[in-house]
Amino acid sequence: MVPTLNGRIQTRILLLAVVGGLITLIIVPVLPGSAPLGDKYQNGFLVLLSVAVLGVLWELLYHLLMQWRWEKDWPTLFGLVEGIPEGVLIWVLLSAGAIPGIVGKVSGADFLIQFILVWLGVWLAANGPMRVPFIRWRFRGGRLV
Amino acid sequence: MVTDGSSDRPHEAAPTIVAPSPVQQAGGGGSGGGDLTQELLTSDWWSDALVAAAGIPVVDVPFVTLGGGIGSFVTVDYLRIAGVPTDRMRVLSDIDFPWQTYEYLTKVSQIPRPERIRSDSASRPDNIWGFPSYAVAEAIRDKSLAPLWQVLVEPIWADYYTPRAGMVFEGLERESKRIRYADMLVNGQVRMVRRRQGGGYFTILTPPDAKPARRVAFRSQFVHIAVGYPGLKFLPELQAFRTEHQDFYHVVSAYEDHEHVYDRLRVKPGVVLVRGGGIVSSRVLQRLMDDRANYQLSTQIVHLFRTYVSGPHGPNQWMRRKGGNGFAYQGFNYPKSVWGGQLKAKMRRLEGEQRATEYKLMGGTNTPWRRRWQRQMNQGRAEGWYRTMAGTVEQMKVRDDGMVVSMVKTGQGPGEIAADFVIDCTGLEADIAEHRVLADLLEHSGAGRNPVGRLDVERTFELRGTSSAPGVIYASGAATLGGYFPGVDTFLGLQIAAQEITDDLARRGFCRKIGPGRSVRQWLRWATNRQP
Repeated sequence: MVPTLNGRIQTRILLLAVVGGLITLIIVPVLPGSAPLGDKYQNGFLVLLSVAVLGVLWELLYHLLMQWRWEKDWPTLFGLVEGIPEGVLIWVLLSAGAIPGIVGKVSGADFLIQFILVWLGVWLAANGPMRVPFIRWRFRGGRLV
Repeated sequence: MVTDGSSDRPHEAAPTIVAPSPVQQAGGGGSGGGDLTQELLTSDWWSDALVAAAGIPVVDVPFVTLGGGIGSFVTVDYLRIAGVPTDRMRVLSDIDFPWQTYEYLTKVSQIPRPERIRSDSASRPDNIWGFPSYAVAEAIRDKSLAPLWQVLVEPIWADYYTPRAGMVFEGLERESKRIRYADMLVNGQVRMVRRRQGGGYFTILTPPDAKPARRVAFRSQFVHIAVGYPGLKFLPELQAFRTEHQDFYHVVSAYEDHEHVYDRLRVKPGVVLVRGGGIVSSRVLQRLMDDRANYQLSTQIVHLFRTYVSGPHGPNQWMRRKGGNGFAYQGFNYPKSVWGGQLKAKMRRLEGEQRATEYKLMGGTNTPWRRRWQRQMNQGRAEGWYRTMAGTVEQMKVRDDGMVVSMVKTGQGPGEIAADFVIDCTGLEADIAEHRVLADLLEHSGAGRNPVGRLDVERTFELRGTSSAPGVIYASGAATLGGYFPGVDTFLGLQIAAQEITDDLARRGFCRKIGPGRSVRQWLRWATNRQP
């Protein structure tokens, strides 16, 4: 899928909500941290929400960078490595206590496992399976509505 | 036939042009001999009585598609997946299977089945979802991670992944069996489409071996036209040379069988002049250079560009295409975002001159930058057996020793190139009016031209000006290039057109709209090779 700005944002929100939400739901109980399950879920979903909210700003940057490409495309690998700066930023914000609602402290291992699995899941879904239920999605630059 | 059940039937479909049985042939009971009469030939609108009087038998079917190539195939594929049974559609074609012409053209232009075509991994004419992509399918089939790695790192650390021609054809064969394409195919030569008084259309088909000419009229509510390229055009000087000397041996088109050139070069060393800077010239160069390496030949290659691209080019830094050594470089026929990204969205809004200008900006002859080709050309330049020139040919003649001499006008003055063979890879396309069916549409059915001179279609691919309510003519493929969607003459472009046409037909009640639920169910049927 070659995205438009609107399509990027819509796809990110939908996939983080559905695929990211599902992965978070499954993974949180087995994360190594010793906090109560309720707190772990709260933190897990707040991290997910942060990726979605900050991601809208990241998408503006990606869209701008894409304008220098003749094809106005966004290679598959870019979608994967975007995860590095985005993950680092979320971790910095978590460490600085800048994400509201976090209970206690999120351990590095908990964050890393959840973030990597969610990112991989969303990236994989966007690069194939998404086209099965939504046959018009790829021709509309990732727009769903 | 296996279907999802009666719910698949379009509940609101009430085609007015349909006889009680979806496909029904009425015998030509008229007094005519079954051929076109003068009155039919000159009338823009035909009545049932007029056709009957000519003695032409009539077949009623709601939807016909003309062409029978990849364009027709992906359209009926979409419609089959949208729930249309085979007896409501007919493919009128003079070829036996959808990839026949495509395979011929790829083969003669040096892409036999084991070679890779210039198409994206997810552009699968045998799979409307493009999932799994060709790269995934190849990885599974060959138990290799290499195709997956290539799509992961393309286009920066590897060339774009492209599928082998053979894999594409095998997939098309499987899908055509799955949707029972053969049940819909009617062999013959389409002569014309005319509007019918009372709505819909008559499409006249001449069945093979019908002598004296005896036609069949297909009476339908919907017509889809995907007749491909109107024809091949040669550069004027090449055409003049071939006509004057009747020489089809030394001067050949890359789109014709020209295997004799490579055979001769293996026996006797020679000079080849290659003309054109597109994908086909790259293919021909590869063949010449492969043969040179494999058979230790001493072939000399002169490559003449009309427009020599020496570096990156474009109006500004946000629209700059790579180029060098004569070529404009681009992964596929168009920038990738015309198939779904911001260029597609932008073009959809442009009209007239603005659209034509944008086509010029993103168009022009181009070829992919591929590592193998770059290596070969670099070697040729370094060793002096591959030379490039920029210029136009004014005249061509045969020298006493049998060499073909091209008189070239270059920026540095006139020059001459003597060659044993000239391979024309310019791939000029003929005007749409060169195609008999398209010319008839322009003359009699209200079709018009778009800003780049081809058939003018709406965003839904309805052919503007040809309405015969409640009937509609749609058109897609190369004959409609210049419309709101630029990539229409490509695999993925034909599928985008087919999707728009299917959605429009769903709005008109001919089929069901493919929503997420149906799409998933149908994909499962595709994956398990069950009929739609």
